Amino acid sequence: MSLMVNGRTEPLPQPATLDGLVDALNLTGQRLAIEHNGQIVPRSLWAATVVVADDCIEIVKAIGGG
Amino acid sequence: MSDVLTIAGKPYSSRLLVGSGKYASFAQNAEAAEASGAEIVTVAIRRVNLGQDANAPNLLDFIRPDRYTLLPNTAGCYTADDAVRTCRLARELLDGHRLVKLEVLGDPKTLYPDITATLEAAKTLVREGFEVMVYCTDDPIQCKRLEEIGCVAVMPLAAPIGSGLGIQNRYNILTIVENATVPIIVDAGVGTASDAAIAMELGCDGVLMNTAIAEAKNPVLMASAMRHAIIAGREAYLAGRMPMRRYASASSPLQGVIG
Repeated sequence: MSLMVNGRTEPLPQPATLDGLVDALNLTGQRLAIEHNGQIVPRSLWAATVVVADDCIEIVKAIGGG
Repeated sequence: MSDVLTIAGKPYSSRLLVGSGKYASFAQNAEAAEASGAEIVTVAIRRVNLGQDANAPNLLDFIRPDRYTLLPNTAGCYTADDAVRTCRLARELLDGHRLVKLEVLGDPKTLYPDITATLEAAKTLVREGFEVMVYCTDDPIQCKRLEEIGCVAVMPLAAPIGSGLGIQNRYNILTIVENATVPIIVDAGVGTASDAAIAMELGCDGVLMNTAIAEAKNPVLMASAMRHAIIAGREAYLAGRMPMRRYASASSPLQGVIG
């Protein structure tokens, strides 16, 4: 039971939500944006968004650039 | 004298826009941004590194969204779809922020804009309510097209990104400025302060740069130099330069010379 996160295989988190995934990845409190199977999920919906095996997730942040 | 740069209805007193890439540290980046006087700072949107330290410093702790207008870019995108996707993620990341820097690149060697894809992405983004500042070629026709699509600023390159070659086609830049009713901001290719001053003397509304500051031996001092160059170039443009003449024109009166 795993997810594809940023092109890497990650175990399904507990609880199996986007919030749970952010916690499991040690990213809590960071300014992030998440795409879940191609759809952007607003931060306010992370806790309510259930993830299941083989979901494809992108988690991005701002970094230096020109 | 009030001389503001207005982009998408918002006034800025600085005409220098700076990047946040290639710095030795976030602290140096923040110090250079401060010295530049810039109010708009570009950022890139990238995947987070998984397995990182939760307490690792974050760019936005140094280039703070409450201090600067952040300008998320689509650097690294080679298709219109990827650029649009990146802008949508940026809008979510920055709490509904609509101002973006669109760039769709053609190839990794030149990082030259793919104008066909840029036009396509610009149309989609404008339709979705983004305020698009668009990186593009120094082609007067394409610059006008991008303005007509509804971009809030058009940003022709001076020379390839990170090349430091300075303005390669100043007559095109002049034509682009003459044609425009939105701000024209030279983006990319500036190498040193005189390049920035020339852009402003040509009548550009601003200059966006990253490498020229970040790769200077002393980035903070170069940021200050760029700040002054932008002001000097702008004031020279507004003052109106004297005509060029082939021969001399004496500055002192010809009457009353002794002997």
